Amino acid sequence: MSKVIVDFKRCKGCFLCTSVCPKGVLIPSTQLGPKGFEIVQQDEEKECIGCGACYKMCPDYCIEITD
Amino acid sequence: MAKVLMKGNEALAESCLRAGCRFFSGYPITPQTEILEYLCWRMDEVGGKCVQTESELAGVNMLLGAAAGGMRALTTTSGPGFSLKQEGISYLCGSDLPAVIVDVQRIGDALGDIFMGQGDYWQLTRGGGHGDYRTIVLAPESVQESVDLAYGAFDLAEKYRHPVLIATDATIGQMIEPVELPEMKEHDIDTYDWALKPREEGEPQRAIWNRYWDWEDGGHKYPAYCLEKYGKMEAEEQRWESVQADDAEIVMVAYGTSARVAKSAIVRARKEGIKLGLIRPITLWPFPKKAFDELGGQVKAILDVERNILGQMKDDVILATGNKLPVEFYGEYWDNMSEIKIVEIAKEMLSKY
Amino acid sequence: MNFTIPKDIDMTQQASWCPGCGHGIICRIITEAVEELGVSNKVLTVDDVACGQFGQFAMKYNTVMGAHGRTIATAAGLKHARPDCLVIARPGDGSAYSIGIESTLYSAIRNDNILAIVINNSVFGMTGGQMSPATLPGMKTATSPFGRDEKKNGSMLDITKILSQTDMAYLARGAVNTPANTEKTKKMIKKALEKQMNGEGFCLIDVLSMCPTNWKMSEIDACEFIKTTQSKYLPLGEFIDKGGDK
Repeated sequence: MSKVIVDFKRCKGCFLCTSVCPKGVLIPSTQLGPKGFEIVQQDEEKECIGCGACYKMCPDYCIEITD
Repeated sequence: MAKVLMKGNEALAESCLRAGCRFFSGYPITPQTEILEYLCWRMDEVGGKCVQTESELAGVNMLLGAAAGGMRALTTTSGPGFSLKQEGISYLCGSDLPAVIVDVQRIGDALGDIFMGQGDYWQLTRGGGHGDYRTIVLAPESVQESVDLAYGAFDLAEKYRHPVLIATDATIGQMIEPVELPEMKEHDIDTYDWALKPREEGEPQRAIWNRYWDWEDGGHKYPAYCLEKYGKMEAEEQRWESVQADDAEIVMVAYGTSARVAKSAIVRARKEGIKLGLIRPITLWPFPKKAFDELGGQVKAILDVERNILGQMKDDVILATGNKLPVEFYGEYWDNMSEIKIVEIAKEMLSKY
Repeated sequence: MNFTIPKDIDMTQQASWCPGCGHGIICRIITEAVEELGVSNKVLTVDDVACGQFGQFAMKYNTVMGAHGRTIATAAGLKHARPDCLVIARPGDGSAYSIGIESTLYSAIRNDNILAIVINNSVFGMTGGQMSPATLPGMKTATSPFGRDEKKNGSMLDITKILSQTDMAYLARGAVNTPANTEKTKKMIKKALEKQMNGEGFCLIDVLSMCPTNWKMSEIDACEFIKTTQSKYLPLGEFIDKGGDK
């Protein structure tokens, strides 16, 4: 099972990752990150398939995926 | 080495090559074009690059890239083209990049005309571009001096990591005189640490950009850095030639071609018993204030001699004399400078002061 | 499959682009293309002023900041000084197609052996979203508040139509609005860098890139805007590929 690792400190809350995640692993939150943006959150119930779409769309290098 | 007969522009170009300059980017404009024409074939012979760019703007900004890579780089222009170079000169200064930029001065503002003039003094010495900068400006009076100053200009530029301007004019650029050319040198582009090359793994990143960003809190450190840099230039780089100024009652101040006419005027005046002398600034900036400190108490007045309408150098002369001596101006626009007129003016001045 | 941040991305700092800006994605695919080719120690970049300049904080490459609009000319000069290096200029559409169009055109005409990656968001970004040459017909910007009127403002500039007349090595348009387009654009960058290594000449990749702030839409809507509108006026694809597929 793939694992998505998000560096929430870097997140600017653009949610491009959530818009491309086919499994809804990454979803918007209303929680504020250290930069003052509402950041992304991870739905622990959902399973990451390691497609890399979120990684490819993140402009702020917040996301890595491991097998 | 034996002397050769060469046109001023071509001799200057050859001298730059011999100083190790291997990059030229520029655009045709009279009376500078021979430099571009000469380097278009000669650069190939020495293994350098000569690019005829789409504009003067592209010329100076392409030079900035080559200079950033550590090359000894040259661009040359005249009058209207020199206005377009100003953007790049400001960027070179702000980025601490050495380069040599030659303005073969022509006459007039707007298009003006292609013949002899000295109307770019303010633009050369005040910093024609935006911001807070100065540049060393070298002003030769002969083909030989063009060669000598151009040869040393690259060293000077690298000494300060700063562009150096050379102000020749249409007469010096176009006339043919015997010159002795210096030895051919090669310049290693990795001579200086600042020269940009790719980052090796583990090295810190380097950027050539507005220099104050290089220091943490650079915005507060930059003013002192600039004041020291420009202060050192003013203290160490003033150059001039004094001609019979020791006993002169009227001292002319003239540079470039005008200085040659002034020298003839001294011979003519002295035959008539008029004690005329000359201070010839070789650096227009830093202006050779020290030359004026050496003047004796016998000096009655100063005559600023320039080929322009407004007497652009006069303010600097007044500042250099501490406003203690009367300063008059003799200039021509359309006609050649006249040694006869200079002697007449000197006589008038002696009767007045 | 593993997806890890490229080592040429500087994770010790963060560029201050607006949320959802395409610049960050473009810097990532540049570094990935470079790393896949194994040429990290050969790259020099030339940044434009304004938003693109932040790229130097995102990427670790040594860099020169050119004057606005002169990035490509400065890159050509740097390439003369360092012919063994891979020189990448990163202007925006305002820089490369408005103030710097002469240098863009002449680098193509001279076939300077450099790569220009033009981040095209159809506006002047840093100055607050004014109309650029690549502003689409009818598109509202700070200087075309009622929409770009071609009678008043002139027609939109599609650089591929102009440069297709030249003998440059490679001309393509990508986008970073979807994961698939991002991958395709990365392949274009890789191809162009290979061409530079082969000495083929001038490569320009126009990359359609989101500017949610100045387009005044959400980050996700900005991606959709590229798909439904910007790429309709400015079609994606390869327009010149002199060396062909290798």
